[in-house]
Amino acid sequence: MAVCVAVIAKENYPLYIRSVPSQSELKFHYTVHTSLDVVEEKISTAGKAMAEQRELYLGLLYPTEDYKVYGYVTNSKVKFVIVVDSSNTSLRDNEIRSMFRKLHNSFTDVMCNPFYNPGDPIQSRAFDSMVSAMMVQSS
Amino acid sequence: MADDVLFEFLHMEMVSHVYKEQASRDDIDKDRITCVSILEGMGFRVGQGLIERCTKDYPTFKDDLDVMKFLCKDFWTSIFRKQVDNLRTNHQGTYVLQDNKFALLTQVSSGKQHLEEAPKYLAYSCGLIRGALSNLGLESVVTAEVSLMPSCKFQVVIQKS
Repeated sequence: MAVCVAVIAKENYPLYIRSVPSQSELKFHYTVHTSLDVVEEKISTAGKAMAEQRELYLGLLYPTEDYKVYGYVTNSKVKFVIVVDSSNTSLRDNEIRSMFRKLHNSFTDVMCNPFYNPGDPIQSRAFDSMVSAMMVQSS
Repeated sequence: MADDVLFEFLHMEMVSHVYKEQASRDDIDKDRITCVSILEGMGFRVGQGLIERCTKDYPTFKDDLDVMKFLCKDFWTSIFRKQVDNLRTNHQGTYVLQDNKFALLTQVSSGKQHLEEAPKYLAYSCGLIRGALSNLGLESVVTAEVSLMPSCKFQVVIQKS
């Protein structure tokens, strides 16, 4: 399943980032950081073609030798990035979309929590357990 | 879905609670302003959360006018069970939303005597609009005015940075 999941705020700092700990975390942080450029590019090019409305799901951002990176941006400009293992039996597009939908739903719940201040790192246990369910499969 | 009346009661109690708290302190002049800011702040935070929920399955907005139309139709419907009756704009970043039968004012009797108390009940909704817009990336200043109960106008000025 997913090897790394990240939630990035509107101002491009991470609100939540978690990766399967077997490999180096730093590499994933770096991958997510570089994928932000691709996300920005997709958002801005779609903005110029003002005619049609853009979907929230951005699709495959870029494949590296080991991993594939998928992106999704909400209407409040919060970005979700999922990194999956290439060696995995290729996950269908629908599965990735459903993962993003789950992430979005949990994020909306966190946002509606009155004790959560927008912009703080996400510390909700419910969110954690949802992400764990998406990540645990390998190792 | 819960009854609308539950929120109306809660809102009325919220307003009177905030004003009672402030009245116990000494400075009368700052009262009004702080009360309005407190209510507006509450509305702001709620607006942020609500808009996240409302736009969950919506594709991105084309421009500011699209955002305002969404606010007037879907957002207003999900909160007050009706749409905003009139939206006017000068195409320079100022929008006026007119609601002819504002849900939170219908229970207040229409009459000149109550007209000056009406803005208290609009502060929270101003915050709602401001919070919703802020989460969608538009910083704004929202003010409200009542000339004839129960209709009211919200004026939104988008701050261009």
